[in-house]
Amino acid sequence: MIGLLLRDLRLAVRAGGGFGLGLAFFLIVVVLVPLGVGPKADLLALIAPGILWVAALLACLLSLDRIFALDHEDGSLDLLATAPIPLEGVVTIKALAHWLTTGLPLTLASPLFGLLLHLPGPAYPWLMVSLGLGTPALSVIGTFGAALTVGLKRGGLLLSLLVLPLYVPTLIFGAEAVRRGAEGLSATTPLVLLAAITLGSIAALPFGSAAALRINLR
Amino acid sequence: MPDLGKYAVTVLSAYGAAITLIVALVVWTLWRGARMRRLLREAEARRARNG
Amino acid sequence: MTSIWEYANPKKFMQTSGRFLPWIAGLAALCMVGGLIWGFFFTPNDYKQGSTVKILFIHVPSAMIAINGWGMMLVASLIWVVRRHHVSALAAKAAAPVGMVMTLVALITGAIWGEPMWGTWWAWDPRLTSFLILFLFYLGYIALWQAIDNPDTAADLTSVLCMVGSVFAFLSRFAVDFWNQGLHQGASISLDGRDDMANVFLFPLLTCMLGWVLFFLTLVLLRTRTEIRARRLKALIARERMG
Repeated sequence: MIGLLLRDLRLAVRAGGGFGLGLAFFLIVVVLVPLGVGPKADLLALIAPGILWVAALLACLLSLDRIFALDHEDGSLDLLATAPIPLEGVVTIKALAHWLTTGLPLTLASPLFGLLLHLPGPAYPWLMVSLGLGTPALSVIGTFGAALTVGLKRGGLLLSLLVLPLYVPTLIFGAEAVRRGAEGLSATTPLVLLAAITLGSIAALPFGSAAALRINLR
Repeated sequence: MPDLGKYAVTVLSAYGAAITLIVALVVWTLWRGARMRRLLREAEARRARNG
Repeated sequence: MTSIWEYANPKKFMQTSGRFLPWIAGLAALCMVGGLIWGFFFTPNDYKQGSTVKILFIHVPSAMIAINGWGMMLVASLIWVVRRHHVSALAAKAAAPVGMVMTLVALITGAIWGEPMWGTWWAWDPRLTSFLILFLFYLGYIALWQAIDNPDTAADLTSVLCMVGSVFAFLSRFAVDFWNQGLHQGASISLDGRDDMANVFLFPLLTCMLGWVLFFLTLVLLRTRTEIRARRLKALIARERMG
């Protein structure tokens, strides 16, 4: 399983910088928003938590279809399905690899982007904590969506349509935590709920993803 | 016609929009049903003819 | 004693549904038209909301069907996954567009109603937001059905999506409540005053609700019959090509 993780990571790095692409996309969204809404610092500070979370979500979405697509094309997905490790495990590893290449770098780089959007000072720790807690859920949910659409030719657009509604609770709690942090309130409640969603998704969704994969590989 | 007062436009447009949508749904459903029934009948006839 | 599972046989289903369909459809039309005429022509204006209260008779039943339609799809999906009855999977497929249109009707009538009452076409009220999200769930579900060629694969995958989606739809409802309270405390707008509703409004509303349920049933039966025919047609055409 660790071998699989390392292999996925290597592939992601080699296929045009898995780390870089998501981050670059994140940066572009963060740059585009002030261009769209105007450079007023107080306005940007107000909407920064939401923008940062939505940008993180979109950056995650961007690389989802690659989770299974490459393996499906060259047939190694069929090998993985018949391998002695359970498919649920494979799916979890895939989600972990996706998180390591998108969620984790986003989390680490987020303060920089917060700076660009005039995010208020007290919000920074909450931003990192909420992204750190929430992006694993994004990866796990996204893996489920990728598993559903793995065999489809025009799966990319459909994948977004399927996955984005599922992201709603994560987005709400994540952005709410940062917003409360920015206003100097206690952000514990949304963070706890966010953590609950992440843990629940990690615990339950791999079974759904594995089931979807099995159906698709039948 | 009841007196709708100053909200006449609101009420009528809500009823109009809703009824339009519902009628469209019904028409679509019936149309698809009829088309499928016709295609199936043709296919069955073909099969009966060709054995 | 006949078991309910007998109706899972497509042939049996076609026979039985064909026999009952005209009655259900007639009753649905009667209740819908009757309830709407009752509500539109023979109810007084609300002292606060004026004549806009008449929108209630469309808005509330549609919203009810929009939510319960998804519930019905969930049940049908579960039956498909557990017992693998094709009729069940097709019924779930048939219900989705009906539920989606009902969601749309609830949203549109709500927006038109909201304009004079709240002074805006759209407010990010928890209920409105939840319905918009529900609409997105319907969209995704229908899109997944249409994207997959193999009917059994499509039925399986959409069932999985429906089950996972139900959990997340429920979570979203909860999250949206939390989100809006977080924004402006106590600014929530109650749409249905069921508790303080006078009987003059309640009885036509109940008639409409019954009508909408029967209408949903009619359309789902009709569409399921169409889907069964489509399946049979596909099989026939496949056999023609082979032979």
